[in-house]
Amino acid sequence: RPGNRVNMATSEELAFQNAKAYLLKNSTISGINMYDHLSQIINRVLDERPDNAVDVVGDLSRDLKRTAFTKESETIQETESPSGAVALAQAQAKLFEVTTEPEEAEADEDLQPIVPNVAETAFYFEQTGVGLSREETFRIFLALKQLSKDQPMETVRFWGKLFGTLGNYIVAEVEFKDGEGEDEQMEGEEGDADPELPQRDTSEDQEDEEEKADEPPKSQYKPPPVIPREESRMGTNKKIYFVTTEPGIPWVRLPPVTPAQIAMARKTKKFLTGRLDAPIVSNPPFPGNESNYLRAQIQRISAATHVSPINYYQFEEDEEEEEEEARDSFVVNTEYEGMSYKELADPSLSGWVHHVQYILPQGRCVWYNPVQKAEEEFEDEEEEEEREEPDEPEPEKGPPLLTPLSEDTQLEGQPPWSTTLSTSFATSYTIVGIHSNQWPGAHAFAIDRKFENVYVGWGLKYQPGCFQPALPNQGEKEHPVGEDITETDDPTPEEEAALRAAQEGADQEEEEEEEEEEDDD
Amino acid sequence: MDADGLHLSLDYLGSSGVILSTEQKASLQNSLLLLKNREKFASVELWGKITGIQGEYFIAQGIGNDKLSDRKCHYSTDCRKWAQLPKLDDSARARALKVEGRFMGDASYEAEYIEPPVNSSDPHATGQTVVVREEDRLTAVVDAISHDVAVAPRGAYIKNPQEVVLRNRSFRGLSIAEASNLNSYFHFRPAEELDKKSLIQKANLDKAIDFLDCIEDDIPHVIS
Repeated sequence: RPGNRVNMATSEELAFQNAKAYLLKNSTISGINMYDHLSQIINRVLDERPDNAVDVVGDLSRDLKRTAFTKESETIQETESPSGAVALAQAQAKLFEVTTEPEEAEADEDLQPIVPNVAETAFYFEQTGVGLSREETFRIFLALKQLSKDQPMETVRFWGKLFGTLGNYIVAEVEFKDGEGEDEQMEGEEGDADPELPQRDTSEDQEDEEEKADEPPKSQYKPPPVIPREESRMGTNKKIYFVTTEPGIPWVRLPPVTPAQIAMARKTKKFLTGRLDAPIVSNPPFPGNESNYLRAQIQRISAATHVSPINYYQFEEDEEEEEEEARDSFVVNTEYEGMSYKELADPSLSGWVHHVQYILPQGRCVWYNPVQKAEEEFEDEEEEEEREEPDEPEPEKGPPLLTPLSEDTQLEGQPPWSTTLSTSFATSYTIVGIHSNQWPGAHAFAIDRKFENVYVGWGLKYQPGCFQPALPNQGEKEHPVGEDITETDDPTPEEEAALRAAQEGADQEEEEEEEEEEDDD
Repeated sequence: MDADGLHLSLDYLGSSGVILSTEQKASLQNSLLLLKNREKFASVELWGKITGIQGEYFIAQGIGNDKLSDRKCHYSTDCRKWAQLPKLDDSARARALKVEGRFMGDASYEAEYIEPPVNSSDPHATGQTVVVREEDRLTAVVDAISHDVAVAPRGAYIKNPQEVVLRNRSFRGLSIAEASNLNSYFHFRPAEELDKKSLIQKANLDKAIDFLDCIEDDIPHVIS
């Protein structure tokens, strides 16, 4: 009987059947299985009877596989979408194209090169332990060259790299030739907040008088006057900045910075995300999106950490020296000889000066008096009486241009800058590097007559302890209860009913009295 | 980063601003090999560097048989002479982590902080001043950083039946799809969260590969 036969199978037979089933399994890659392949090899050996068959069995196996018939292609083809690396490489391939013809290239050599020798600067920074990899620096150089071709500019410089949570920014600092580079779109975006109340036509006054009595009282709040941003090429907007996330991706111009944006950027601490249109959520609310915040941080970093060896830059010699006005321009000193490494690496840092103007607490480099503008404008007489004149604010002052770093404030006993030497083995060739402790990531180097600044970091200022954002404002207080205004509870339904009943009773009495009077008549 | 291919692997970090000067790389190639030989390590890895105000600390880890737990930290200020970092007990570690501010760059520097007074009714009572040596603070900070952010891709390390963690010789790397998924990365530290998983989750794990915490379970969760 069949049932008994299955039960009679010994464990050895089961093991044999399992082994044979395993050997008969087809390979997913080539479609052949071990059992058939081994039997083919044994058949071949028995047919041909080669010498030393066991030594050539590997070749036999390979031969058999090669001559076996296999299906050429699957009907379903796998298409892999191109990875992000391939897309970026395609964008960067354009950078590497040589577009100038040999004749043009010769003409270019006569003109002064606009793009500085980024590779040389990067080498010096690398010796002080700062920078990006060499290949990336070269790509950045190509991207800067492309930028200088697209727009008419006077100078361009690699400012640095800012890291973000989803993407990075490579920043180029540009100064346009005179008269060029004004972006009208940028100018139109400025909103002028008018702090004045709107003027009224005299013809409508009468109607307005009547309406005035019925309208709810208008708010007496006047927002503080908007401080205008500095003109292009002045103060905080002296240079124009272009950013891109990777070399090869087209450069985007950053809008000019306003004092409000710098003041707000000082009060908040945010990571960059890598998208220029990302919102900046903070308290107090930041006027703008990430492109404005990025521009404000770039300006703060430049003002705090762009330094040069003393005497590299000099003020122009003016015949009339006005001591009140701060000098805001300088020229390269053609007779600069370079300084010894001891002077540059001196911990007191008297060998270095700032060459970017200090930003006042107001957010500008040149102080702006917000009161003077209001007095000049024409006002109605009644409004002038009602307005309270604010006190004249004190002008803010900052250290003048080209002050040495020894004047920088120390933060909790920590020096504002650290110095390093590139090598301790050869003091005549050593490069002096200084690194900011206030803005970690800001570096500068100097050797002989060369120097340069760069920023590689997250765009955050050093802050001991935790950052505490400003708490939201307190709610407005209610009007104090007093003589003019008292607040009483609304009458309950019972009280209303009682009042109504009392009134009806009084009316009825009146009617009865009148009737009596009539009757009397 | 393994000391053997240090100068090659460092190139990959260049775009994040992490580079070493030529002198430092040359010194490290030399001194790390000598360190490995002297201390009889199976391999030596450069953990990284911590920048102080007056100097820098380079940290290297010497690894024995077990790649996870058999690690000894050494530090150097000039990439040539290496000293072993001290071992700390829990209370010393807690004290060392309370110091704020940057490292000074000098291993013998002693930082101070004031312990807030405990259970004192006097509102003007000032706490005790606690002194912490910079070397101890360095150990505590290096361990804290490793605990929080040392990651390894899934499959790079395997645990053999003797519970020894080894490098997986057949690890071919992650595919592009796997590499952009946080699930494929583990914290490289003794597992803390594994026991809290449900039995169903644990049944799906491969005991040889999935013996570490996944970084996707970290709090705060990634938003975007």
